[in-house]
Amino acid sequence: MKPAPFEYHAPADAKEAVQLLAGLGDGAKLIAGGQSLVPLLALRLASFEHLIDLRKVSGLRGIEDRAGSLPGALGSEGAGSKGVGFGQTVWIGAGSTEAAIGRSPAVAAKVPLLARATPLIGHFQIRNRGTIGGSLAHADAAAEYPAVALALDAVIETLSPRGQRAIPAAEFFTGIWSTALEPDELLTGVTFRAPGGRAGFAVEEFARRPGDFAVAGAAIAIELDADPGGGADGRDAQVSRCAIGLFGLGTTPLRASAAEASVAGRAAGDLTAVAFGREIGQAAMADLDSVPSDLHGPAAYRKRVGAALVAAAWRRAIEEAITGAQGEEAAGG
Amino acid sequence: MADIGIGVRVNGRLRRASVEARLTLVDFLRERCQLTGTHVGCEHGVCGACTVLLKYPDDADESGPGLPGGEAVRSCLVFAVQADGAEVTTIEGVNAGGPAPGSGELSAVQAAFRDHHALQCGFCTPGFVISATAFLAEHPDPTDEQIRDALSGNLCRCTGYQGILAAVRAAADGIVTATQEAKQTKEPR
Repeated sequence: MKPAPFEYHAPADAKEAVQLLAGLGDGAKLIAGGQSLVPLLALRLASFEHLIDLRKVSGLRGIEDRAGSLPGALGSEGAGSKGVGFGQTVWIGAGSTEAAIGRSPAVAAKVPLLARATPLIGHFQIRNRGTIGGSLAHADAAAEYPAVALALDAVIETLSPRGQRAIPAAEFFTGIWSTALEPDELLTGVTFRAPGGRAGFAVEEFARRPGDFAVAGAAIAIELDADPGGGADGRDAQVSRCAIGLFGLGTTPLRASAAEASVAGRAAGDLTAVAFGREIGQAAMADLDSVPSDLHGPAAYRKRVGAALVAAAWRRAIEEAITGAQGEEAAGG
Repeated sequence: MADIGIGVRVNGRLRRASVEARLTLVDFLRERCQLTGTHVGCEHGVCGACTVLLKYPDDADESGPGLPGGEAVRSCLVFAVQADGAEVTTIEGVNAGGPAPGSGELSAVQAAFRDHHALQCGFCTPGFVISATAFLAEHPDPTDEQIRDALSGNLCRCTGYQGILAAVRAAADGIVTATQEAKQTKEPR
């Protein structure tokens, strides 16, 4: 037995879980799929007096198509104020496994970026246990789901003894393995907005071996204004929203805000050249100031890889936004 | 830290035990159930040697015909207490549904491993066989690329992967052939 001893709790509902969490204090830790936590315990990089298992907590699993706005109205810091407006959303329970998300037709149709990022997480045996809530709460800067949540402006729902909150992804990731979650707060679900019209999505990462954490990665979402002429060609449509999420390139997942702003309002057809892809790749790396250096690669190398990945993801995303289909699928896995 | 009573159905047989919460499922299987076919390698989820099938009663059964149900998981990353109430299939029970467990007869995947020289020292083999079994249950007609991706979570340090890939390819082709034959005999001419 490798992990240090701990007391095990398996509450049946979310209220009981947060009450336990509040009552037990610092020595308590939530465990969902355990695919990041158990290695930390086994290597004794972490130890806790109490583990609160979410496996039996009802209402944490499931994927639901929901009409209506993002759940900003739920809490004080809602994303509703950002003018996201009404539309279709997909709610994913925090305890949903990455395997379930990867198999979901609703996710594939409505949140394609999340679906495309899923096969890049670990291996299928890991995805059978790992959950979206666990991935977001663990907040590894090199993980896929946090960067995707950031790029899609997902809203993260939580529960504590004080009630529910809805936290925009932009405010959620606060530092190395740190989030806006309070010590007695449980992540219960994530809501993603489905794109309304023409849109393109692509994720690219580079890892030494498939399944490893990425040396660098990029998740790109592009939405275009409705074509005023109503024609089949999206080349004249303007970029209404562009998000470039980066992972493995800082202490948290990041957005390349300056690069995003540089394409806002531009005609999509002007942004398809290979040279433009390179340009936006460079632009996305320009403001990074805390790129990690470790034995997998120094910061300068990660930035070169990051620029190339942004360029590759950009070309696929913009092509899909214009034509509704991507060219050659990048090799997954 | 009081011990916790659990009941896990392992290869069809209910095993009750009182365990420490920190006991991993792989240690439970090896030390408490004396099922030492599941191997302990890295003990932090990288090597895949400890892969077993795990199935909770509320999971949908997505397994194909003749293959044991359950999802492939790293049993070093699951605590035994988390498997309370679940069904576990290890290498010792992977031929269930066909030949009787312990009979020495092999499942289709196991037989393909033997036929294609997919093992040498055998340390990684139980993990590979379980991973391949779960993968083929969900993807009965895979591409070579899908097979490579599915096996990327298991490490082999001596045989080399070519024999393993060939074995899984052959097992997949056997499943497709068997399904087609079954269809042909069922359908009236």
